[in-house]
Amino acid sequence: MTSELFLQYLVAGITYGSIYTVVAIGFNIIYNTTGIINFSQGEFVMLGGMVAITLHNFMALPLAILLAVLITMAVGAAIEMLFIRRLRSPSVLRMIIVTIGVSILIREVALHLWGSGVRSLPYFIGNEITTIKLGPVFVSPQVLWVVGTCLVMVVLLLLFFQATSLGREMRACAANRVAAVLCGIETRNMVTLSFVLSAGIGALAGAVVSPITYSQYDNGTGLAIKGFTVAILGGLGNSLGAVAGGLLLGVVEAFSVSVVPLAFQDAVAIAVLLLILFVRPHGLFGSGATAAMKEF
Amino acid sequence: MSAKEFVFLPVMAAVVLVQLFTAASDSAYYLTQLTMAAYYSLLIVGLCVLMGYAGQISLGHAGFFAIGGYLSAGLTTRDLLPWAESPVVRSLDALGCLNHGQDLYGAQLLTVAPWAAAAAAVLAAALVALALGVPVLKLKGHYLAMATLGFGIIVYRLVLASEYFGEADGISGVPGFPLLPGLTVSGDSAGRVANYYVAWMVLLVAVLLLRHLIDSRPGRALRAIHGSPEAADAMGVDVARYKLKVFVLSAVYAALAGVLMTHYNGGIGPSEAGVMKSVRWVAIVAVGGMAHLWGALTMGVLLNFLSLRGVFGSYDDAVFALILIAIMLYAPGGIFSLLPDGRWRERLASLARRGKSGEAAP
Amino acid sequence: MTLLAIEHLGKRFGGLQAVDDVGFTLARGAIKAVIGPNGAGKTTLFNLIAGMLSPSSGAILFQGQPIHGLQPCQVARRGIARTFQNIKMFHGMSALENVMVGRHVRTAVGFFGAMLRTPACRREERAIRERSLELLDFMGIADCADTPAVNLDFGRQRAVELARALALEPTLLLLDEPAAGLNIYETAELGRLIGRIRDLGITILLVEHDMSLVMDISDEIVVLSFGRKIAEDVPEVIQRHPEVVKVYLGE
Repeated sequence: MTSELFLQYLVAGITYGSIYTVVAIGFNIIYNTTGIINFSQGEFVMLGGMVAITLHNFMALPLAILLAVLITMAVGAAIEMLFIRRLRSPSVLRMIIVTIGVSILIREVALHLWGSGVRSLPYFIGNEITTIKLGPVFVSPQVLWVVGTCLVMVVLLLLFFQATSLGREMRACAANRVAAVLCGIETRNMVTLSFVLSAGIGALAGAVVSPITYSQYDNGTGLAIKGFTVAILGGLGNSLGAVAGGLLLGVVEAFSVSVVPLAFQDAVAIAVLLLILFVRPHGLFGSGATAAMKEF
Repeated sequence: MSAKEFVFLPVMAAVVLVQLFTAASDSAYYLTQLTMAAYYSLLIVGLCVLMGYAGQISLGHAGFFAIGGYLSAGLTTRDLLPWAESPVVRSLDALGCLNHGQDLYGAQLLTVAPWAAAAAAVLAAALVALALGVPVLKLKGHYLAMATLGFGIIVYRLVLASEYFGEADGISGVPGFPLLPGLTVSGDSAGRVANYYVAWMVLLVAVLLLRHLIDSRPGRALRAIHGSPEAADAMGVDVARYKLKVFVLSAVYAALAGVLMTHYNGGIGPSEAGVMKSVRWVAIVAVGGMAHLWGALTMGVLLNFLSLRGVFGSYDDAVFALILIAIMLYAPGGIFSLLPDGRWRERLASLARRGKSGEAAP
Repeated sequence: MTLLAIEHLGKRFGGLQAVDDVGFTLARGAIKAVIGPNGAGKTTLFNLIAGMLSPSSGAILFQGQPIHGLQPCQVARRGIARTFQNIKMFHGMSALENVMVGRHVRTAVGFFGAMLRTPACRREERAIRERSLELLDFMGIADCADTPAVNLDFGRQRAVELARALALEPTLLLLDEPAAGLNIYETAELGRLIGRIRDLGITILLVEHDMSLVMDISDEIVVLSFGRKIAEDVPEVIQRHPEVVKVYLGE
């Protein structure tokens, strides 16, 4: 493999990896406040892309993306208030089943709204063939948009959870729900907020990546599986771990193209998922002891 | 015949009545969908035992169905003549596992006989379930769901990307499955009535076997695991082993359903392996009430029949998603727990208990 | 004759030595109690013997064979049955079915035999049912056989749990705080019941808080404090043992 090709693969891996990271962090935010793995996480990304594409017909790109993110956030809030909130004393099995049902419902609505065709947003700067020379490699400016946006989101989220009182309340909720209630934190609203937040970051990621990967009504499942793989790789609930896990999976997947036929590329990520579940279900960086204390 | 087996009589009567009704009303075409619904329900009752009685979720059961269907389809249609001289093919031929036939254009064709293909397909599904089950069943809740979902997607990707399995077109031209002289599992309209009875016979025998299982030593062990894993362990039940066994059993049921359905339809396509199918099977078991074999069977037949008749139109998947959500939110005990009848029976039973244990009646 | 021998048993959780170099023996046919204040390591010791935990050091010998590190189900198969402090009934099963599960290790029918309902399977099922009904009768709760076990009151659930343990035909019966949640009358009744179980030839090891029960029924008592054994003797001596009195009443 030439070093140039190597770098191209690496850039592709990082691009996809940052999207997986954002999906994984979406999983983590909801998992931390509720203990639920939200199977409809991938649908948020799909919705962000699809809504932005439609809105872009009527308005400028930045406005379309902003509105798309807000609409998806509203969808996230609606899911929590309509479905999750109504589960009384839910078992893990029931929660899984409900979020799966929600994800299929969103996908089917998307199918009927937009059809099964592939769509995309235009490149934010230039077009498909515009490139910027970055050291020895040529990259599309859109790649910088994707990686940059994801980076900014991760940093902002970390700041939010560390430095704001609302973020700290959400973390308190994650650490010990009963104690959080006793301290006067309205956990119900925290749960809604976690859905809104996850939906928002997913939608933004979906919009910026749309020019490269295209948007389609059934993009969500694949993204959810990969995002989940990353969340597990990084240790469920650990957002910094998710960054490392996301880049790792993205790069592994990108390089696997040179070994595995393209048609099997999705299977690579799933094979990684199965492998990690069997060998280290607490993640590459987590410790087994703390993982055993969480409910799966 | 025990009281629990007595239920079989009205069900068998209903099966016969439906057939007579379709014959009298000249609507025998319904039998085709009822036959297919019965084969799908074979998978569903197996999944019901896994989910309801052993408490394990599987989002990959369409994968086992596909392993059964695709392997038997591939083996019975793909020509082995190019390898006719290889020792493996020759010894298979000597054992009577191969069929010498002709294709549509009259060319020589050497394929695996349906019964041998079916045996190989079911065995393969069992082995895959065994290999997958050892690590997977150590996982709980979300992890188990994701792992089985991942397995299902891999199967889907493999059949979609393999030339041998016909990629997006699937495999067609699968021959019938000769069951007895003069009785073949196939979509031939002349054999429609016979096939209807075959499918229902298979399904009811399958349910009877599961019923026996649940009401005996290994079945009690399974239910004990669901009821309290620690206590089951302390009573000497090897929890991991039992979970694995029931996982393999449900995979075998799914694979057998796949084999029979494929011969009946004369082919199989990748949508049978899709994630949506796995989710649909889970939905049907949930609607039937998880630990409720007859509930799962009833809903399996009803919902599959409606879906196959195209009643849900292009909203097919959406309907199942809505059912799934509604049941989990409003009737986690399954749709039959909503019937006033069910509550009555419970109330009567509790009254009877009070009377028995000698406490004062209110 | 020694049935169970605990030798230099130790269990460490991180920085906590929950059980520290504990050793004692249990003679066949005896009733032995393990007592001690909260956090003394009683439950850990119990879980080590039952196979729920594996020891950091030391050995557990049952009938001369090491059983430490075995899984609970393997321990059960050796003939050791147990009850739980917070009763663990099998949900969704009747009292009778709960007891029938106890026959698991004494019976053999597998998936195929059960599905095909072979004659051997039918015979075995009948025997399981009869034996389980006998045990419910022995506990005096035969009338509850068909009631869902979780619907029974606390005392009856305890009785079902004991019947379930006895169904295993144990050589050794482990009781984890059997009197927890019972009133004084029920506790006295339990004491008589444990005596009757011993009369069946079953050796009993119990962990218990209730002193009246322990002093009443035990042949010998082991006292733990902070994971260590501080005394082992007959009840009369334990009652007057200065260190035990100190541990229980404070300095």
